Amino acid sequence: MSELLTISDLHVRLDTDHGEVHAVRGVDLSIAPGEVVALVGESGSGKTITARSILGLLPETARATGRVDLGGDDMLTAGPSTLRALRGSRAAMIFQEPSTALNPVYSVGWQIAEGLRAHGVPGRKARRARAVEALADVGIPEPNVRVDHYPHQFSGGQKQRIMIAAALALEPGLLVADEPTSALDVTVQAEILDLLRTVRATHGTAILMITHNMGVVADIADRVAVMRQGVLVEQAPALALFASPKHAYTRELLAAIPQLGGAGGAREMSPADAREPSPDAVVDARRLDVTFPGRLGRPSFRAVHDVDLRIDAGEVVGLVGESGSGKTTIGRAVAGLTRVTGGTLTVLGERIDGHRHRRSLTVSAQIGFVFQDPATSFNPQLTIGDSLAEPFLVHRPDLGKRQTATRIAELLDHVALPAAFARRYPHELSGGQRQRASVARAIALDPRLLIADEPTSALDVSVQATVLDLILRLHRDMGFAALFISHDLAVIERVASRVVVLHRGEAVESGPTPQVLHRPAHPYTTRLLAAVPVPDPTLQATRRAARTTAPV
Amino acid sequence: MFAIFRYGRGVQRFMLLTGTALTALFVLVSLLAPLLAPYDFNQLGDADGLFGSQRPPSAEHPLGTTVTGYDVLSRTIWGTRTALEIIVMAVVVSIVLGVLLGLISGYFGGRLDQLLTGLADAMYAFPSLLLAIVVSIVISQGRSGLFAGLTSAAIAVSVVFIPQYLRVVRAEVVRIKAEPFVEAARVIGTGTVRILTRHVLRNSTRTLPLIITINASEAILTLAALGFLGFGIEPNSAAEWGYDLNKSMPDVTAGIWWTSIFPGTAIVLTVLGITLLGESLNDLADPRLRRRAAAASGGAADAAGVAAVSDPSGTAGISGGSDISGAPGVSGGSADGTRDE
Repeated sequence: MSELLTISDLHVRLDTDHGEVHAVRGVDLSIAPGEVVALVGESGSGKTITARSILGLLPETARATGRVDLGGDDMLTAGPSTLRALRGSRAAMIFQEPSTALNPVYSVGWQIAEGLRAHGVPGRKARRARAVEALADVGIPEPNVRVDHYPHQFSGGQKQRIMIAAALALEPGLLVADEPTSALDVTVQAEILDLLRTVRATHGTAILMITHNMGVVADIADRVAVMRQGVLVEQAPALALFASPKHAYTRELLAAIPQLGGAGGAREMSPADAREPSPDAVVDARRLDVTFPGRLGRPSFRAVHDVDLRIDAGEVVGLVGESGSGKTTIGRAVAGLTRVTGGTLTVLGERIDGHRHRRSLTVSAQIGFVFQDPATSFNPQLTIGDSLAEPFLVHRPDLGKRQTATRIAELLDHVALPAAFARRYPHELSGGQRQRASVARAIALDPRLLIADEPTSALDVSVQATVLDLILRLHRDMGFAALFISHDLAVIERVASRVVVLHRGEAVESGPTPQVLHRPAHPYTTRLLAAVPVPDPTLQATRRAARTTAPV
Repeated sequence: MFAIFRYGRGVQRFMLLTGTALTALFVLVSLLAPLLAPYDFNQLGDADGLFGSQRPPSAEHPLGTTVTGYDVLSRTIWGTRTALEIIVMAVVVSIVLGVLLGLISGYFGGRLDQLLTGLADAMYAFPSLLLAIVVSIVISQGRSGLFAGLTSAAIAVSVVFIPQYLRVVRAEVVRIKAEPFVEAARVIGTGTVRILTRHVLRNSTRTLPLIITINASEAILTLAALGFLGFGIEPNSAAEWGYDLNKSMPDVTAGIWWTSIFPGTAIVLTVLGITLLGESLNDLADPRLRRRAAAASGGAADAAGVAAVSDPSGTAGISGGSDISGAPGVSGGSADGTRDE
């Protein structure tokens, strides 16, 4: 038998508070030794549940039928001791969030050795030696020193490397990776993908990669399986799938991805350029500085350092950077949520630096804010209608109840939601609908400035596209200026006419979007652009070759 | 909130139902005391003359009479009323103050927060009964009527409870004030008071029903202990189980069982009922502790699999239904990925 893993007719039913959910409906999937298979799908498609069934890690509320054959054992019927013996030795798993998957109170070496001990590797010294070896294998510098360090002493990317080291310590034939790079920055993501590729080459490990990012798929996968609503809708070699997707859903998925420099790129961003340049800036920040005070002996942290930013009326400015670059801090400072500690910041003609950081009501009425996660930006106890009424209650108490209700209906109509949604609670809406409602709240008072902080990064790709379209359409209709914050260069390319690239709190480059993204002047921008995986296996292969040979 | 009863299973269902039944019985008896009790709590005799002292159970006095000549049944029934009063007073006072201080402390932070939490911690170090005795002496020089007795017990209990509410609410507020929906309100320009009441308060009271039940039983025990130690309420101003127990102590050795058994049983049943209710609410509210019916049959060793319940905020007021995945702090690799919202 040549296949390492054979899943046949897998069904998983979950019992939830709202009755039974048939999460996986008859999945057949097999993986050969040394093969990299990507399992792709949007949230709720059942991809994680399928992957977890391989290791017998289904939640207690799940009932699975079918067969998951891993090297001759059925993982669905295996007893606890068999499962324990097989986990780690035949298949291992790495998770999305490396910072929560490692136990903070033990050294990383101990955690790698723990797995070895559980599988009966004798000798403390021998286990430690194996741990050092494993760390060296995944590219942790000075492994014999770092083996005694604790998780918090490593960066996010290094933690994911350590997770991989721990997973590979027993040389399993199969590595199940559940969104291993989704929590990481693009440059780090590229490194982790390189590492996984090396692991496959040197150890011959097969990898089942669960991801929603088609760029990652194009970068690493040999074969792709697309899941939707618990059903495997298409399965094909990566090259074939990207070149000629068979299933309508796969085509939809591929079409929805905002692609850097792709055909869908520059066409959308013209409206702001056509507008007359306005002499009065909506936002004018000069040498902006935001420092968070340190606590008890810890040094203070300078999140934003000497950043100049200007947004003219009706203009969309993109703010790009990796996590920790200060892009969100700038957005919050402009919104008045974070105190500015240096430089000047003028928003809508009002200075808000220095001692005054609470802005006047008239200015806050003219700013709309769209938050990253629509699940948490609505008060769960209030209906959507109540939440949308808040801006009116604060700024336009003169409008009566009835007029406010009419306005809310209009707003919902603007964002293409049925008026009946006003009576629903946030959790009764899907992610995309909630984000539309969030946009509706932001534009409630006809703002002159819209701040959007990663408005699409918590959404599935197909939904992302519609929310972006919505924001662009409203921008065209209402003419507000916008500060668009995102880590996704492709999204920025689509919406922004000007872009500012941030790196560690400093603006390293700024200028018109096409210029910055296609002829970057700063090496960091170049690196950032090179690290973005594009959803095209052949193109991605050449990009990867260029990136790995180019001097950093 | 009645959806709770549909889901229960095994031991936890038993706990929940028993707790609810006992608590309901307690509240009902206390409300209907004037109808249920054959005599007044301070009645020593009727038209036929005095009841007599330490009479065994008979037709006129189903549970006998006490050494002072009160009807035991009437005293026990009226005692539920005093117990309910102490619960209401103690819990209302401590909730109002505790939640208010918790809100302020959590939302504004800084020096005030440090001061309040420091004080709250210091309070934990106080033995509550000792405090109750001191307060009752201060208020009433030891022996007291209904109001003074109740207030001293209520104040004593509240002083100990307020820090609990403060702590719980503060922790929730600190978490919730960082939630984007609070920031969304700040961006809109909503005033602080409105943010506190409309957005923060309503989302930080989830765990309160649990503490209330636990504190309610503690309040009864404190009042009974005060009465038992002789710092309670005079028998002619209210019926109080602790006082009756105190008076029945010599009876026990004399073979007179009915004066102590009934008030004692009343205390045990009431506290048991409220505690069971609180405990099962606590277990059902935690998604990690409850198990769904069907999964329990799928290989769980104990049959105590317990089903779901809509979240406890359903008891506190408005709830649009349960929303487990609404919890903050996204972690990878959970089953949430497949849960259709």
